[in-house]
Amino acid sequence: MATYTLNTPLTEDAVRKLKVRDMVTINGIIFGIRDLTLIHIFDKKNDSPVSLRGAVLLHTAPSLKMAEDHWEPICVGTTTSGRMDRFTPGLMEKYGVRAIIGKGGQYQGSLDAMKKFGGVYLAIVGGAAAVETKQIVEVEKVYFEELHPEALYQFKVKDFGPLTVAMDSHGNHLYFDVKAQAEKKLPEIYKRLGIPV
Amino acid sequence: MRVALQKAYEKETHPTAKEMFNIIMANVEMADRDDMLICQDTGLPIYLVKVGSKFPVDGARVAAALKEGAKQATLEYPFRGSSTHPVTRVNPQTSVGEGLPIIYWDFVSESDCLDLLMIPKGSGSENMSAMKMFIPADGVAVIKKFVVDTVLQSGSNPCPPGVIGVGIGGTADLVTKLAKEAIARPVGSHNHDPFFAKMEDELYEAINSLGLGPMGLGGDVTTLAVHIEWAHTHITQNPVAVNTQCWPARRARAKIYADGRVEYGF
Repeated sequence: MATYTLNTPLTEDAVRKLKVRDMVTINGIIFGIRDLTLIHIFDKKNDSPVSLRGAVLLHTAPSLKMAEDHWEPICVGTTTSGRMDRFTPGLMEKYGVRAIIGKGGQYQGSLDAMKKFGGVYLAIVGGAAAVETKQIVEVEKVYFEELHPEALYQFKVKDFGPLTVAMDSHGNHLYFDVKAQAEKKLPEIYKRLGIPV
Repeated sequence: MRVALQKAYEKETHPTAKEMFNIIMANVEMADRDDMLICQDTGLPIYLVKVGSKFPVDGARVAAALKEGAKQATLEYPFRGSSTHPVTRVNPQTSVGEGLPIIYWDFVSESDCLDLLMIPKGSGSENMSAMKMFIPADGVAVIKKFVVDTVLQSGSNPCPPGVIGVGIGGTADLVTKLAKEAIARPVGSHNHDPFFAKMEDELYEAINSLGLGPMGLGGDVTTLAVHIEWAHTHITQNPVAVNTQCWPARRARAKIYADGRVEYGF
């Protein structure tokens, strides 16, 4: 279990070094994205207005308020990544995205894409939105503003994390491992509860 | 909830899980200190209302006031409005709408109190809800299996470790409501019926044996408590429901008395 501080945009080398259970802190830019943003880009064919090469994405729908001429974060937290699973291969292949920050993890297709293109999934503590909001220095830009709170957000961050590497570019998947371990224990648990196996 | 989280942190032995707890505790402290939201998903507003028989009340006005209050809080803070049209997905940005907020009414004899318990229920956990109409021949074992399997399948998604609410009996709708009432109980409290209290302990031990841990990344603590609420059911039915509550488990309570006093706090 190693600890890394990474600056964006991320290189393929930096990402391929990461292994599950490593801890990562991010400095630079992260992009907030979620269901509707991704449907807008992929299904409704609106190209991303900003380069996502080497980008770190965050699955979020933030509370922001407009203060004079700029957006200020009120509460930026993380949403369940499983819903955005089908978009990850496209994000990595077409747009060159290197890391996705979220909660709950994604599935086999995303894991395969991470292996092929050099990507990683970084788990955040869901619900810990106060900590997350404080690590956002500035809302630099909001693209597809009409989709707010599901627009594409460009956040400047300082010491964003710590995040746990939960899916790496070597085919390791921490959530799958933890679940597989739990499944092994099931027969014994069922027995204790008097459940016929 | 804070006490339960602190105890769980002390019990936890896995390094990754300890780190998850560190962030959870730091988040609670920061939200308190700087008056920030603990989680951005302020969810859908649910009210459990108990009306005392000696409390003079106009139910329709209470319902209207709760709806207006949820809307005002959303617009004034402002929270992210999380309610949306189920088909057009148009978000009124108010947290309320058709059929919302959800208000459950109950009545208490000899009480002069209007007891309002509010749960802003986020969706990471609510999306992991499950209900199943088993048959009497399936017995009690199938209920326990359903609860354990549901928690395992939910994995990291409901932001564990929170509270697992279980409904047993009733009808398809009542069993689901019972599961929701179960998560609203004080954390770690037991059902008044010794049979179900024992089942709560058994399921608590079983779920924590899974080793899913905080945020499903592995650890000793997968849930802080299992609460069961039950009702009689039909002779042909054997319903069970699971409602999961995430670790922030936000709720607020106001007790209004007939003489005008108001008590806040859970």
